[in-house]
Amino acid sequence: MSEKPNKIEKVSIVISKGSLDGVYPGLIMANGARMEGIEATVFFTFFGLEAVMKKRAHKLKVATVGNPAMHMPTILGSIPGMSSFATSMMKKEMEKIDIPPVDEFIEMISDAGAGLYACKATVDMFHLTQDDFLPQVDSVINVGTFYEKSAGAQIIFT
Amino acid sequence: MAIKDIAGVQIELDDEGFMTNPEQWNKDIAKALAAEEGISELTDKHWEVINFVRQDAKEKGQVPTIRRMNKVGGIATKELYALFPNGPAKKAAKVSGYPKPQDCV
Repeated sequence: MSEKPNKIEKVSIVISKGSLDGVYPGLIMANGARMEGIEATVFFTFFGLEAVMKKRAHKLKVATVGNPAMHMPTILGSIPGMSSFATSMMKKEMEKIDIPPVDEFIEMISDAGAGLYACKATVDMFHLTQDDFLPQVDSVINVGTFYEKSAGAQIIFT
Repeated sequence: MAIKDIAGVQIELDDEGFMTNPEQWNKDIAKALAAEEGISELTDKHWEVINFVRQDAKEKGQVPTIRRMNKVGGIATKELYALFPNGPAKKAAKVSGYPKPQDCV
């Protein structure tokens, strides 16, 4: 007789990419966790930090170069305005299925009770301060603290 | 699919205990379903959510997302999580007599 596997109780999601398509999967997973009553922590690192920066969060773009799944030759993807065009298309489709823009999504995930943290190494590297971040960011933490906060959690790197 | 007697009515439920026919719903059933989810008392705030879910689902043919409850229904996300802990969208749908939401957000 096999026992039923344990329910996932806690997740820690690392968001390390700063493109729109790099940021959304982690946000959807964090929000989805909270919707299932799963405890969630989100750690923004390297370019992923853009998702929680006041001046950047609403400006993230889809990368149209270097992504074979865009089905677009590099030379076309690099034309000025192509990334903005792909971004506005994607945003339109997301709005249709009620997925919020990044800054609103961050607020929603925070209101849902997830902890949002910025990576200290990246903050130091880019000379940022707490002031650069959306108010929903709980604090700037180092990787050690990230692991402490992740005790008992499944860690998901995106 | 199962039939269960809830609040004196024979209710059709799916495998996860969600009602499959919202027409069978009434307030006593809501109270009984809420109790199953560990919500011992439905306050006015709960009823605000339930009434919005039922009205919106009837108009749109699907239960509202958390975002829609916030933007259209005026129900703050924090409050929704406090009213229906550990799975607000699912629990609100269940207590309101609708099937489990299928959306990702």
